[in-house]
Amino acid sequence: MSSKTIEKRFDAMKTAIAILISLVLSFALVAIVSDDPAEALQTFALGPLSNLRRMGNVIELTIPLTFAGVAVSIMYSANQFSMITQSTIYAGACIGSWFAIYVTLPKGLHSAFVILMAGIVGMVLAAIPAIMKVKWQASEVVSSIMINYIIMQFTLWFLLNVYKDPTAGFNCSYKFKESARLTKIVTGTRIHTGLFVCIAAVIFGYIFLYKTKWGYAIRVVGQNQEFARYSGIAVASVMIYSQVIGGLIGGIGGGVEIMGLFQRYTWEAPPSYGNDGLMVGILAKYNPLFVPFAALFLAYIRTGADIMSRITDVPVEFVNILQGVVIMLVAAEMFLAKWKHKLIVKNAQKQEIAKEAAK
Amino acid sequence: MERVFSAIFSTSFFVSTLKLTTPILLAALGAIFTDRAGVLNLNLEGVMLAAALGGVLGSAWTGSVFVGILSAILIGMIIAAVLAYVGIYLKSNLVLAGTALNLFVTGATIFVLFIVTGEKGTSTALKSGKIPKLNIPFIKDIPVVGKLLSGHSVMTYFAFLCVFIASYLIYRTAIGLRIRAVGENPDAAESVGINVKTIKTASLLICGFFAALGGSFLSMYYVSWFQRDMTAGRGFIALAAMNLGNSTPVGTMLAALLFGASEQLGNVLQVMKVPPQIVLMIPYFVTLVGLVLYAIRRESKIKKLKANN
Amino acid sequence: MPEEILLMDNITKVYANGFVANKDVTLSVRKGEIHALCGENGAGKSTLMKVLFGHESAEEGRIVLRGEEVKFANSIEAIKHGIGMVWQHFMLCPSLTVAENLVLGMEPSKGGKFGPMNINKAIQMAEEVSKKYNLIVDPRAKVEDLPVGQKQKVEILKALLRGAEILILDEPTAVLTPQETEELFVELKNLKEMGHTIIFISHHLDEVKSLCDRFTVLRLGKSVGGGEIKDVTVQDISRMMVGRDVMLKIDKTPAQPKEVVLKIRDLKYNNDEGRPIVKQFSASIRRGEIVGIAGVEGNGQREISEIVTGLIPHRNGDITVCGTDIRGMSVRQIRELGVSHISEDRMTYGCSENSSVKENIISDRYYKKENNKGIFLNNKKLDADVDQNIKDFLVKCDDRTQPVRMLSGGNMQKVVVAREFSSHPNLVIANQPTRGIDVGATEFIRRKLVELRDEGAAVLLITADLNEALELSDSLIVMYEGEIVAYFEDASQVTDFVLGEYMLGIKRMSDEEIGRVAYE
Repeated sequence: MSSKTIEKRFDAMKTAIAILISLVLSFALVAIVSDDPAEALQTFALGPLSNLRRMGNVIELTIPLTFAGVAVSIMYSANQFSMITQSTIYAGACIGSWFAIYVTLPKGLHSAFVILMAGIVGMVLAAIPAIMKVKWQASEVVSSIMINYIIMQFTLWFLLNVYKDPTAGFNCSYKFKESARLTKIVTGTRIHTGLFVCIAAVIFGYIFLYKTKWGYAIRVVGQNQEFARYSGIAVASVMIYSQVIGGLIGGIGGGVEIMGLFQRYTWEAPPSYGNDGLMVGILAKYNPLFVPFAALFLAYIRTGADIMSRITDVPVEFVNILQGVVIMLVAAEMFLAKWKHKLIVKNAQKQEIAKEAAK
Repeated sequence: MERVFSAIFSTSFFVSTLKLTTPILLAALGAIFTDRAGVLNLNLEGVMLAAALGGVLGSAWTGSVFVGILSAILIGMIIAAVLAYVGIYLKSNLVLAGTALNLFVTGATIFVLFIVTGEKGTSTALKSGKIPKLNIPFIKDIPVVGKLLSGHSVMTYFAFLCVFIASYLIYRTAIGLRIRAVGENPDAAESVGINVKTIKTASLLICGFFAALGGSFLSMYYVSWFQRDMTAGRGFIALAAMNLGNSTPVGTMLAALLFGASEQLGNVLQVMKVPPQIVLMIPYFVTLVGLVLYAIRRESKIKKLKANN
Repeated sequence: MPEEILLMDNITKVYANGFVANKDVTLSVRKGEIHALCGENGAGKSTLMKVLFGHESAEEGRIVLRGEEVKFANSIEAIKHGIGMVWQHFMLCPSLTVAENLVLGMEPSKGGKFGPMNINKAIQMAEEVSKKYNLIVDPRAKVEDLPVGQKQKVEILKALLRGAEILILDEPTAVLTPQETEELFVELKNLKEMGHTIIFISHHLDEVKSLCDRFTVLRLGKSVGGGEIKDVTVQDISRMMVGRDVMLKIDKTPAQPKEVVLKIRDLKYNNDEGRPIVKQFSASIRRGEIVGIAGVEGNGQREISEIVTGLIPHRNGDITVCGTDIRGMSVRQIRELGVSHISEDRMTYGCSENSSVKENIISDRYYKKENNKGIFLNNKKLDADVDQNIKDFLVKCDDRTQPVRMLSGGNMQKVVVAREFSSHPNLVIANQPTRGIDVGATEFIRRKLVELRDEGAAVLLITADLNEALELSDSLIVMYEGEIVAYFEDASQVTDFVLGEYMLGIKRMSDEEIGRVAYE
């Protein structure tokens, strides 16, 4: 067995152990707060499978998480830790909604147009921290977080001042035109044609990152910026387009989400897609092909927690605890490092013995 | 416009600005220590939030504001220690570790709140002790000046006192010298027998102490309860204030005041029917601009350095 | 005869990658002398000093200090035993004051680490030690405001304040002006008078001659000579340093140079601190020849290679490649003129260690039309090409997907060479192409260079390895302190001894002789 295989296996094991630890931790937490731990755990673990609608919920949630995960995978592959995905999804949905209300286009084409506009919003937003980084070396981490707060306020302002429906009993936009909305594809659930866009995004992300010259350049810059420069790669432009493409995916995700599941724009407080995307991206090792699986996992947990919180009153936010622990452990270089070292040494010794025997 | 100006140049504007500055200033002073030690600390937000809850629980249970603040500090430093362990000893990427820990704290605070009170959003059932105001004898009776200088919360006075304490720690103590050395040239520090990891951990703990004080102010003075996500990005604004203040205590204080004033300006404009959302963006916009200004200044400094040689 | 204070007896140090840096090296230093440790780059001086200072542990041999056998696990223990090191790259914190730098880690303070530090005491300590050893610096000044010579004094004081009796100075004069060097020598002699022992590492033999009492020469990891300085001439030392051991014979026919490919005229370059690194450099390199630049490292060679390849933007002087002025061109544009570059810094520039062999090999060509099919990379072609490269360049790896960091140094360099040589370059800039790699890989890479030359490439070979310079070059330039000091039109007529004298700054050709390198 080569060291490469060992490392790959070890990485998979490490991720699995990190997930296991955090799951055990969350089970323990549920057991502590719940009056009836057995029932709570059962709802948490099996609730999402209990009927078609709930299984549908898992898939519905997997869609935006996948978009977020693919966006993060592309952006972070360039070693740029922008937190802008939160905003690209959110603002994409918010501005996209405007086009769903005020533009008239034939069915299908209208949806595509709205989603495209959402994508463009995402591109523009994601470009800001990237340009600030390239031009002024301003930390993309801090600037993107600041933009997230601005966008949070902006989208609320937009909702209340631009397209709020005064006749509705709560804060929401006018109804989207039917032509803009995505069609349901599985009866008994809300799963919509956005699923196909999502699959397309995964395939695009994978092909872009691993099969094109642009994706190759992103990964080289992410691995060793100086080597990239020495090889003749224009590092600054790679940094910017990696973020812009990630923003595009995020924005499209926002458009798909709002056109797929909603009749009006109603988001007053942002869903935490940014941090979710971060976790999904890390679990998938920034490979878009693995993103749907990681997204499915998180969606399942979230749906389970949601059902449980309704039935047993355990707060749904404990999923954040689990997320935090998973990210910390997976990102920790030294977590289980001793074990890895042992594996490699043991393997080397084995090979030595085999060599001796062969002589 | 006139109304805006008269509102800005009023004593109440000044007083409120100091109040809004207090938590940012405390956390930003803490951020100086980690920055000087070369640690990227994105966890101010998490420390403040955890401390805010700690303050509520501690003071509500014992009825003592002082114990409340102590428990806020304890919780805040524990969170900081977790980041030190994961980021420095387990060598996790600090951006990821900091973000993950913030996420963890968001969930954990709500969870703990639920266990304790059965509530998920706000601890209405659990009233925290309120940090007292301090009326300074004699000064409080002087017209205008009395209103400006007297009657702030004890924590506000302490926060400004902390500017001196932070200066003292950084520039006048052995630990401060070592923190600066580790951040600037870890190899040099190592070569004279200083343990770099220990010093970085110490910087995180000191930062945790200051940020926790800032967090306790939110739940024990702004309001007297805990509310989910009540820090609302103040940890990141504090980080930006430290950057803008070039990691010096006085500069950081000025930057924190700027952010506090912009927040208060928001409140003023809100009263004048400017949409609150637009107003609430102001501090973040100021931070963005500050970030660019800081970067430009740093670059010109480097250029000057090169030219000088 | 004065007593022996330090004996490093038969030290052998083998690095994890199998490289033998020291083989049975013996160094004997007497109390109160200035002892020169001489040797070329890579002769093992640094390793030996790292072993002494506790940074590396030796496989064999013993260290006897003041008659007692010792072994240091880290530098702190070495410092406690009175050994002080003055690194070439200063271990100082620029924004701190001199006094703060001096007392770092041993701060005078009341009430522990959080208690008030006694700054006056620190300044007083700094002043005392500074006065005692007559090394005058202002304790209140910030280190970043000091000139290099003063910074070095701070380094020396730092060691003395910690009780160093044996001071190791690693090429201390490399960063100094002649005046500062003179000042340093006075101070070092003064320290000697006060009973301190000094180990002085240098390439500059005239300095060694004027300053030191005794010397030890290392060559290829072995101690090859030593004795009293007064008994020998600089030529003697130089001969010991550069003498060749194993000859790696590379068969090559006489060069048949054709038209000029690289033309450099009046190139000058100052570093960020304004110090002139390349003072004056003109040369012409033709198709079908290998022009070597020999010289001790740090005399401007690296900067020349990085300017020609576009990594450092060039301002002063003219450079043309195949008749095209490269001013303002990007790295890629220059590479597209057919320029290949082996960087001396393999881990930063040469390869991306966490990327696969394939990703490392295609980094200069992945974007080209023939390697793409529409919007996709033509991976079938790239894979086939990479596999061919791996075969042609004898890269020992599991397959093309293996991360480069898992390969040995020699194979890593073969990956670099596979990328740089397989693009049929017009011009090859090979900077230390075989440094730190095994004999097999070295021979292979050298042979490939000759092959490239015969196929019509112009080769600029920059090397600190005399063997390599003499064995491979058709004509030879010697650089010293940012200038050409010698030019040999026919490298085969040069002996290592002659070359050594130019490299070490003992001799210099006339401007007219040197000027021949820049023919039209």
